[in-house]
Amino acid sequence: MSGDNVDQVGLLAVDHGRRRMLTAATAGLGAVGVAFAAVPFISSWQPSVRAKALGAPVSVDASKLEDGQMLKVVWRGQPVVVVRRSKTVIDSLGGHNDLLVDPNSDNSLQPKYIKDSGPARARNPEYWVGLAVCTHLGCSPLAAFEPNSAFQVAGADLGQNWPGGFYCPCHGSKYDISGRVFKSMPAPRNLTVPSYTFSGDARIVIGVDEAPPSV
Amino acid sequence: MAAAPESTASNGLLGWIDKRFPLSALWRSQVSEYYAPKNFNFWYYFGSLALLVLVNQIITGIFLTMNYKPSSSEAFASVEYIMRDVNWGWLIRYMHTTGASAFFIVVYLHMFRALLYGSHRKPRELLWIFGCLIFVALMAEGFMGYVLPWGNMSFWGAQVITSLFGSLPVVGGTLVDWIRGDYVISDATLNRFFALHVAAVPIALIFLVIAHLMALHEVGSNNPDGIDIKKHKDADGHPLDGIPFHPYYTVKDLVGVMGFLIVFAGVIFFAPTFGGLFLEAPNFSPANPLQTPPHIAPVWYFTPFYAMLRAVPSFAGTQVWGVLVMGASIVVLFLVPWLDRSPVNSIRYRGPVYKIMLAIFVISFVILGVCGLKPPAGIYPLLAKICTALYFAFFLLMPWYTRLDRVKPVPERVTGHG
Repeated sequence: MSGDNVDQVGLLAVDHGRRRMLTAATAGLGAVGVAFAAVPFISSWQPSVRAKALGAPVSVDASKLEDGQMLKVVWRGQPVVVVRRSKTVIDSLGGHNDLLVDPNSDNSLQPKYIKDSGPARARNPEYWVGLAVCTHLGCSPLAAFEPNSAFQVAGADLGQNWPGGFYCPCHGSKYDISGRVFKSMPAPRNLTVPSYTFSGDARIVIGVDEAPPSV
Repeated sequence: MAAAPESTASNGLLGWIDKRFPLSALWRSQVSEYYAPKNFNFWYYFGSLALLVLVNQIITGIFLTMNYKPSSSEAFASVEYIMRDVNWGWLIRYMHTTGASAFFIVVYLHMFRALLYGSHRKPRELLWIFGCLIFVALMAEGFMGYVLPWGNMSFWGAQVITSLFGSLPVVGGTLVDWIRGDYVISDATLNRFFALHVAAVPIALIFLVIAHLMALHEVGSNNPDGIDIKKHKDADGHPLDGIPFHPYYTVKDLVGVMGFLIVFAGVIFFAPTFGGLFLEAPNFSPANPLQTPPHIAPVWYFTPFYAMLRAVPSFAGTQVWGVLVMGASIVVLFLVPWLDRSPVNSIRYRGPVYKIMLAIFVISFVILGVCGLKPPAGIYPLLAKICTALYFAFFLLMPWYTRLDRVKPVPERVTGHG
């Protein structure tokens, strides 16, 4: 703080435009630095390598299922169901298309070979495979396979002429036995069908489109 | 320095501190010489009670973390350990869980007070916005805290709420995986919710509370007459209708604290689950990704918003509309200072239309709360739709009905003694 410095500063005309430009440039560079420094922290929230590895395909033996029975397996931590359907049930599937939101699964999530299979929504109509995750808010729908009975599930009356299917206890969405949602339900889409394939008569591999070389 | 007033020239320890830190000055400006209107009534208890509950949550929360384990394999058992084996662990946990519900009770009443007396109006808009941010932080805190015990309702509640983000177009799926840190609610989700619940959100909450109080003390408290007490001052420059916060309101608030603690202790000791409202029955069984509880309902303080979410049907192949409506129900709160166009602040001088609208709003909010608790069957979906419309009508029609409403003349000075 000597007198000389003060004089020198006083002599130099302050270039405010230059000062503002330098301040803005420094602040701008700082902001870019903050943005880059934020990347590792934001990225650390993504599924870790271990979580991704645990998302590997799962193999199920469905040969012990009787007609009208269901089994549940966990794939990527989500419940996947396999339902065995009788011939009568399979033949009745096309009969209630007018009651459904998306009978042809145009707005639903499934591999192309499932969409092309029509009302059965399955590689083999006898076994229906799908995610038991309601498309509304991710609850797990309950099995309500017995048709034409006005029975109660979780306190809700499914009504007369119930064709059999799934009922979501959270918000009352109803699906048919191919996981197709009925009209006027909270759920917007049919149940999602994951990629899967058969590696034997009733051995289902969930999570891949093609059979692995050996199981 | 020689001419300094006597009050600042204290010696001893306090004088030593005051030369280095404005302790006495802060005490005077914020407490002993903070002049608050003399006509505060019952409704003015809830601000200080909210602060009390915040302290309760922080202290009991710190002690809970000492025995809680934020891991999907240990969390449920560690909570049971706290309840059964830790000395007084049950008391500390019930103080925390009951405190969560008490927080929302006092905050809802505190917000209702603002709507009664126009506390959100100019110049207190920013004060109101800080309050709304506190409410949002509190909801995040309540939601993540509910996940930590890793009961089945914790798990499925988290599943439903994080799925909300999945309904957003384009980014939805990626966003959900990013929030969960996995393809499902998992250990990674629990762990990060723990970090947010015990560190990030509480820090934000404390800063917001400080900002809320600073804004309050900058503009001064509103009062049941909704008038500015600074217009009439005595010779010393103090408002004629104001009294120092300490000792007058510290003592008054202590009475409120006593009444509150009696009820609070009663719930902790005799009804800690409050009939399944404060702690839901499915949360007494561990999280099971393969078994949705037959009926998912959030804790009571979220049910009005949850009912609005459910009231909106899916449309055009997406259920994002319900999510948007629920989001809008919070966002609209922030806009209230600008929606309200009444020439007067307090309900005492407003006309019948505002009184009726406020009553309809409160009744709709309570009915929505009930609808959110019930399964979506019977009369409830229709009731929820009607009340959602009424909830939004209260806010969105406000610019018109507050302006057109008949008002009474506002007094110059505060009235009454209550």
